[in-house]
Amino acid sequence: MIDVLYFAWVRERIGLPKERVKTGAATVSGLVDELRAREARYEAAFADTSALRVALDQELADFDAPLEGVREVAFFPPMTGG
Amino acid sequence: MTVRVQEAPFDPAVELDGFAAGRTDTGAQVTFTGLVRGDGGLHHMEIEHYPGMTEKAIAAIEADAVRRWDLTASLVIHRYGRLAPGERIMMVATAAPHRKAAFEAAEFLMDYLKSRAPFWKREASETGAAWVAAKDEDEAALDRW
Repeated sequence: MIDVLYFAWVRERIGLPKERVKTGAATVSGLVDELRAREARYEAAFADTSALRVALDQELADFDAPLEGVREVAFFPPMTGG
Repeated sequence: MTVRVQEAPFDPAVELDGFAAGRTDTGAQVTFTGLVRGDGGLHHMEIEHYPGMTEKAIAAIEADAVRRWDLTASLVIHRYGRLAPGERIMMVATAAPHRKAAFEAAEFLMDYLKSRAPFWKREASETGAAWVAAKDEDEAALDRW
């Protein structure tokens, strides 16, 4: 089980900020495929992953990064700080 | 090196009072303060962030600045929550023996905070609210470092 977090419009489209997910995916992309297959709201959020960023255990990562040993995955749009 | 992520307002004058205190090797201090600009009928802004990662990401950016420039002190304060036009969003301060390092490090911190610290701005006007899209120029700004 891993914690999956959503921020900004990703959170709004999916309709929740955080959930526990049971996954057999080896990589972030594999997890995205599993989530997209769930429901239309996930499909809407993950339709274009080039518009998304991912962090693994609070460090920015790539979509092909492995999930082994990861406890927290976060999906969000490009950041707009400053 | 100091990082603060907070909802409450801050006063740059108070923050600078103790900044780089007791250091006699500092010849330059640079500060930048970012404000909410009331463009296009903006009523207020909501800033969301990723508690935990935000502090770590800013600390990593600040550590990178300290490695690249000879800084005697640095400070980053960034707010989240609801902010009205004219309110201060964030500030950066750097101290160094000479001004070139202080200016450059402050610009570096600003460039990285824009697109590598997990904040998301949502602008609300009378007609509705929308998430602010990241700008290509903000991503391109990182290339010069």
